[in-house]
Amino acid sequence: MDGFETTINILVGTIRAGTPLVFAALGELITEKAGVLNLGVEGMMLVGAVSGFIVTVLTGSPYLGILAAIAAGVLMALIFGGLTQFLLTNQVATGLALTIFGVGLSAFIGLNYIGTPIQGLQPIAIPGLSEIPVIGPLLFNHDFLIYLSIALLVLVSWFLYKTRAGLILRAVGESHDAAHAIGYSVVKIRLLAIMFGGGMGGLAGAYLSLVYTPQWAENMTAGRGWIALALVVFATWRPARVLIGAYLFGGITILSLHVQAAGDSVSSALSIIPNPVGEWILAVINSSHLLATLPYLATVVVLALISRDATKIRLNAPASLGRPFHPGA
Amino acid sequence: MTAAQLELTGITKQYPGVLANDHIDLAIASGEVHALLGENGAGKSTLVKMIYGVVRADEGEIRWGGEPVKITSPSQARALGIGMVFQHFNLFETLTVAENISLGIDEEHDLKQLTSEIEEISEKYGLPLNPHQHVHALSVGERQRVEIIRCLVQDPKLLIMDEPTSVLTPQEVEKLFETLRRLSSEGCSILYISHKLDEIQALCDRATVLRHGKVTATCNPKEETPKSLAEMMIGSELPVCKRTAQARDSEVRLVVRNLTIPSPDPHGTDLKSINVTVHRGEVLGIAGVAGNGQKEFLAALNGEIMAAQGRIELNGAEISKVGPTERRARGLAFVPEERLGRGAVPDMSLSNNALLTGYREDMLSNGFIRFDKVRSYATAIRERFDVRSSGIEAEARSLSGGNLQKFIMGREIMMNPQLLILGHPTWGVDVGAATTIHQEIVDLAAKGTSVVVASEDLDELFEICDSIAVIAEGRLSPVKRTSETNVEEVGLWMSGQFEAGEGEVGHAA
Repeated sequence: MDGFETTINILVGTIRAGTPLVFAALGELITEKAGVLNLGVEGMMLVGAVSGFIVTVLTGSPYLGILAAIAAGVLMALIFGGLTQFLLTNQVATGLALTIFGVGLSAFIGLNYIGTPIQGLQPIAIPGLSEIPVIGPLLFNHDFLIYLSIALLVLVSWFLYKTRAGLILRAVGESHDAAHAIGYSVVKIRLLAIMFGGGMGGLAGAYLSLVYTPQWAENMTAGRGWIALALVVFATWRPARVLIGAYLFGGITILSLHVQAAGDSVSSALSIIPNPVGEWILAVINSSHLLATLPYLATVVVLALISRDATKIRLNAPASLGRPFHPGA
Repeated sequence: MTAAQLELTGITKQYPGVLANDHIDLAIASGEVHALLGENGAGKSTLVKMIYGVVRADEGEIRWGGEPVKITSPSQARALGIGMVFQHFNLFETLTVAENISLGIDEEHDLKQLTSEIEEISEKYGLPLNPHQHVHALSVGERQRVEIIRCLVQDPKLLIMDEPTSVLTPQEVEKLFETLRRLSSEGCSILYISHKLDEIQALCDRATVLRHGKVTATCNPKEETPKSLAEMMIGSELPVCKRTAQARDSEVRLVVRNLTIPSPDPHGTDLKSINVTVHRGEVLGIAGVAGNGQKEFLAALNGEIMAAQGRIELNGAEISKVGPTERRARGLAFVPEERLGRGAVPDMSLSNNALLTGYREDMLSNGFIRFDKVRSYATAIRERFDVRSSGIEAEARSLSGGNLQKFIMGREIMMNPQLLILGHPTWGVDVGAATTIHQEIVDLAAKGTSVVVASEDLDELFEICDSIAVIAEGRLSPVKRTSETNVEEVGLWMSGQFEAGEGEVGHAA
């Protein structure tokens, strides 16, 4: 395989691996900007993934599957929203419970669908543009959801920073007491934000089960919900930086796969290095488990670096994040 | 008499266990500046919250321009033409001034147009403000302007101001009064809530006095004396704090040299090269508008934040490198501004709160707690400082602000500290309890304890302090004897106009 083609493949793979993270992180970003910390992203993604998959199998239409996944994500989020906003349960505990619930529920509903083959979502080549060398395959030969993820990113940015509704959302996340005193319905606004987060989580799940894999396997999100949560902090609550973070993570995922594949050819080259160092390096490269940790390790490193800048975090982080709102007398 | 703009009849509000408002009648004419006077807990805030639609009345009628109305939400109040500036600002720190103001407007509007409107109003009423600035970068006085302009852009017929001057310098207060007088001359009514008698006399046309949820008097404050107003407010004569003879002597207790600390909080203030000396028995007042470094200075003295440069000495020994526990062991005591959460643990009983800092008073034995000693210590505080609670096992959070403050002060004072550091000791405390606290501070100093007290209330500082200085933008002003300076000079310092001083009062032999 020629090196140039490999590079293009890696880049396209990067975008595909990053896209579910873009969806989930954008949803969580809106939720957190309203001041709510929902740790149930992983659970909402899984339920979204399995619902989308089953509906696609039953109807044959991946687009109906996507809609079902969004609806499932919203329903999951509503469980969280009802508990935290009306019954004032602790957000962290409720979010964790939602993830655990989602893992179990998705495994249960998906039991008979493991390994069922489906026709996943196909790429839509944009006529003309997709034939341009390099840029064509890279940017204009993707499935519908990748285009949608970019559109949603622009939409979320515009909403947050250019519209009045976005201003109110940020205000509620900044100080719910002040927002309440001025006369905004904190609970209603937060509930809407939580639902949006759920819908986006479901969509992220659908991308995995309908496009990326495409099949259903238990626990197939493999921690991507948690990565999406980390990405929101990584991006210091800025939508554009979510995209950068998601693609960075996607890129490292794909690279580690390619390194594993290349492991054999490397081993002969490494045999020149005397033992035991060469053997040790070989063992590391050949250990797929160790390589699979690479993206997660990278996330931890980047998060540690970002968190050093307290000012940046303070100015962008919603000040009421995770705090329950008790409308006082 | 012209028809009242706002008229309340028989307004009653019952909270569990307390009748906050008991058949209140109140009438405000158009263009009138009306004072609502009363101690903390008299029911002032509840009453205005009902006018602004935050709280619903149980009984009674509100008439607006002669028509009966039911005000069910703040946005409805705003639509009627009622604006309110809260004591605790409802601002969003990471948003700009214009965005903050925009959030308070219900009608459709254009942010650009609003920005020019803000500039216009800020020009017209002498409230300088840059609409594009982020609120976290503003001083407290500027933040209040944001709140006022937020009301003014909606062209109110009634402006409610809840204790607006508690955070302002004397000069800022004067400017605020000019703005309010101008508004009133244009026909806008103002309901002015305060317990500061001189302000009410200077500004208001009429006053309604509340005590324990009832109207006790309606009067023209200009025809009353501060004494008669105080009697209406607290039901008895205003107690005064008696100063004993000058206790301060030549023995140096606390020395701060070139103290420089970058604030750990990005919204905080850096301390810049602070020099000050406090003698035995001296009460030093630190004035200044909140957010100028007082919080950081007190934390540095207490050892919560460590000095980046410079040194702090207590009785000649350097303490700048040791933490709060070691400093306390050497005779330092600290009463922070926040009572619940920093001065006391809200969910713990008074006796356990007494143990937290008082354990040195023989309350431990081989690592075990001697509960009998803890109880007797807590009981002693409660009796000596007249703390009204259901007992020493009452949770700290169940006490009123004034009572809890008396308890915390008592806990520290009973340890006979060498140096007592106080943050806003009477903030939110009613007049009676405040006088008790002042008396304790003065008496303690008379016995030789040095006291550093930070407060925004200049009257308080002039009443209890031997010397006074200001922290403005992290710098310390010259230190002067309170007898050799006045409110005007200190007010100027508060706005940052001073040459860096020696940090020591010339010691008269």
